[in-house]
Amino acid sequence: MNILELTAVELGRKIKKREIGVMEATEAALAQIKALEKELNCYVTVDEEGARRQAAKVQDKIDSGMLTGPLAGVPMAVKDNICLAGLPTTCSSQILKNFVPSYTAEAVKNLIQAGAVILGKTNMDEFAMGSTTETSAFGETKNPWNPAHVPGGSSGGSCAAVASGECFYALGSDTGGSIRQPSSFCGVTGIKPTYGTVSRYGLVAYGSSLDQIGPVARNVADCAAILEVIASYDKKDSTSIRREDCDFTSALAEDVRGMRIGIPRDYLGEGLDEEVKTAVLAAAKELADKGAIVEEFDLSLVEYAIPAYYVIASAEASSNLSRFDGVKYGYRSQSYEGLHSMYKKSRSEGFGAEVKRRIMLGSFVLSSGYYDAYYLKALRTKALIKQAFDKAFAQYDVILGPAAPSTAPRLGESLKDPLKMYLGDIYTIAVNLAGLPAMSVPCGRDSKGLPIGLQLIGDCFKEKSIIRAGYAYESGRRYGLPELARKTAEQEVR
Amino acid sequence: MGKQYEMVIGLEVHVELATKTKIFCGCSTEFGGAPNTHTCPVCTGMPGSLPVLNKQVVEYALAVGLATNCSINQYCKFDRKNYFYPDNPQNYQISQLYLPICHDGWVEIETAAGKKKIGIHEIHMEEDAGKLVHDEWADCSLVDYNRSGVPLIEIVSEPDMRSADEVIAYLEKLRLIIQYLGASDCKLQEGSMRADVNLSVRETGAMEFGIRTEMKNLNSFKAIARAIEGERARQIELLEDGKKVIQETRRWDDNKESSHAMRSKEDAKDYRYFPDPDLVPIKISDEWIARVREQQPELQTEKLCRYQTEYHLPRYDAEILTSSKHLADVFEAAVKLSQQPKEVSNWLMTDTMRLLKERGQEPEDITFDPVNLANLIGLVDKKIINRTVAREVFEQIFENNVDPVQYVEEKGLKVVSDEGALRGAIAEILAKNPQSVADYKAGKQKAMGFVVGQTMRAMKGKADPAVVNELVKTLLENA
Repeated sequence: MNILELTAVELGRKIKKREIGVMEATEAALAQIKALEKELNCYVTVDEEGARRQAAKVQDKIDSGMLTGPLAGVPMAVKDNICLAGLPTTCSSQILKNFVPSYTAEAVKNLIQAGAVILGKTNMDEFAMGSTTETSAFGETKNPWNPAHVPGGSSGGSCAAVASGECFYALGSDTGGSIRQPSSFCGVTGIKPTYGTVSRYGLVAYGSSLDQIGPVARNVADCAAILEVIASYDKKDSTSIRREDCDFTSALAEDVRGMRIGIPRDYLGEGLDEEVKTAVLAAAKELADKGAIVEEFDLSLVEYAIPAYYVIASAEASSNLSRFDGVKYGYRSQSYEGLHSMYKKSRSEGFGAEVKRRIMLGSFVLSSGYYDAYYLKALRTKALIKQAFDKAFAQYDVILGPAAPSTAPRLGESLKDPLKMYLGDIYTIAVNLAGLPAMSVPCGRDSKGLPIGLQLIGDCFKEKSIIRAGYAYESGRRYGLPELARKTAEQEVR
Repeated sequence: MGKQYEMVIGLEVHVELATKTKIFCGCSTEFGGAPNTHTCPVCTGMPGSLPVLNKQVVEYALAVGLATNCSINQYCKFDRKNYFYPDNPQNYQISQLYLPICHDGWVEIETAAGKKKIGIHEIHMEEDAGKLVHDEWADCSLVDYNRSGVPLIEIVSEPDMRSADEVIAYLEKLRLIIQYLGASDCKLQEGSMRADVNLSVRETGAMEFGIRTEMKNLNSFKAIARAIEGERARQIELLEDGKKVIQETRRWDDNKESSHAMRSKEDAKDYRYFPDPDLVPIKISDEWIARVREQQPELQTEKLCRYQTEYHLPRYDAEILTSSKHLADVFEAAVKLSQQPKEVSNWLMTDTMRLLKERGQEPEDITFDPVNLANLIGLVDKKIINRTVAREVFEQIFENNVDPVQYVEEKGLKVVSDEGALRGAIAEILAKNPQSVADYKAGKQKAMGFVVGQTMRAMKGKADPAVVNELVKTLLENA
């Protein structure tokens, strides 16, 4: 088997056994990046030198017994809204094109400590606003299963890179589905943890009350191992939660007997692609065959999640993004007359259309006279949605459904109709509003050969339930590389 | 006879808290420092940085709230106030709008018109902004973020004040309370206490409030009093001319003794306040409140009483001594060492106050060690030096914090009690001034004073005046 087809944990094991060197794995990934980037554009920044330097250092530490974890020496990638000192963090925006942070995100620090070799920073929708990775200022990322299609978003670069062997795993961020939906479109596994589990320090904020960093990898076992490393209490993040149950790999048991799984009827109705529906229900049946108790139920309030989300996320974004003003760092317009004009021109030229749309929407819902009607109402809706989930989790251990209504759309199709694009988040968004953990696991492909994702949602702090269900479903399934990635991977072996 | 008007005044007072570190990061709050040396990703608003609340800020805000009889919001939150300005690195200020930590309190003031309670609408916590430096030479503006994130409380009064006297009394009262709590040094000149004055006028007896203006840039109590009088006259003149007062923010220029409009209500900003999602709500337990209450130090009013009963000082003296926390601290330390409250009080009330006044300083500027004052009192007490010399030495203590025992020794200032030497000196003076002797004999007592003065001068002030008096009298009579 080619190195690039290994999962992160498999590679880690081989590195530990000295069957594969860290440098060898790093070079394999770098070669794959070189071979595919022109076509896929998964990365904003590739740090070849840094990766090689880190590979040598990590190998030394493994040899001297200082690094023994399951991910030591495994090359990975970081979404470009997560800071790593010394490398640009652009958020795929013109306005941060030249921004190099002097600090490293807590989640990345945890990974470096565990022996991660960072290959570079992955492409995304500008400031994580979008569902296709087409709003990036540095060109869209393409879906490795069919480059005429989008990889999903906003963590499209991370998911496409994992799918195509341009890294062994990656970090993404999820505000309204930004890990789960592209994982679904790219045929990889991604987890959005319970809000507060992974420190947000060093994650450039979009919707602060909804943002979480999470893993993107080849399978559930990898995700559990990565989440175990990145989850930590961080006193630099006031919303960080001290948890004693972060041994997520302990849930990797192929046993769902007696597990109560609910499928919201609201998730199977109008707008859901028939092929997706068939695949998701087949997956549910498989879990039932393995001993889970699966039934349908009414979750309710699903149609209110999208408006509530776009009000809250945009409101927070309009404030979070006001710091990008051309004063201290980032893009400043070349020609301006006075302070006001500098602000206006720098921001007009520096931000893309989707970001501007959300800043305007957010500023509007917070403005005096509208605050109660929009923002407060959205907060109340959020609370009601949480209650609906609480009710559901009194009945079920896991909620199962599709991650997205369809498989990956063709490039250029979504941005023509932003409202339709927003509606594509219907199954993922409520999870963020309620702060819940959720995962997308591949569950087959449609007739066009595009991957379909199964979404498993757990109650707060019940990552282990969804990991267990996902692991049982996955049950030794291997997901090969897409055709285009396999070809280049094989060439490297020769 | 024209109409009678009265003023209605409310104050917004900002106080910089005396925490060692900033409100949302670990950077130092120390005043001064080279530009941008007390900064980090958090207080410069770098992307990905997050605020973490400094608990001491809550402690101080609570202490001030309790000392001003406020109710406490035991569940309170921070909100973001959104506006663009370069001194504000995130382009929003973290403040409190919806649930401020303290509300509905009062303080009692006393003016010539008597005692009065001034209501406190609310006290909220917030962060300070950086400082813009305009470089006219290079035609550019620079920003110093050292002050960005320094914790503030804003104390918003009810519109309960009716005169400049009441405003000053209210500010003095707040300053005393906050200084005594150790929550801030409250220096107006350095900006650690800043007051904005909301003022309107109405016909005396009217129930409705008039249209108010807000006055900013008031850097001393005197400036505040002048600004109030200026604004009162301006508004009355407008009304008398049949014009209307415009609701606006005005900037006081104390040099010109006039104000100009900064912005009117029409272009008031919409700050788009909303709860800061990066900070969790603060829950203040009953135990926490009880502990802060318990740890509350003795406040000025309590000290004022104690000085009269325990030290038997007149009320006037006690008032002066407690008018500054620092002065009271110096007093108590010196009393503890010397056990002579009246003596210590005298030195502070007379010489210290005179020296401060000469230098244009405040009691806060006293830098000498109370032990030196106590030792000086000891020297006088043991008649090692006389009062005249003591005042000279005290100036040295005040100025350079000298050790009086050592200083007296080095400069040879000890009292000359050698009678022989004194007799010799007096005899010489009498020989030179026969007219004085004649005058004394003729019954002119004044002549004796002259001789005593001459003797003291000859002894360079080091003689014991009582001894000199005695000897001069004897020698004159026998002359």
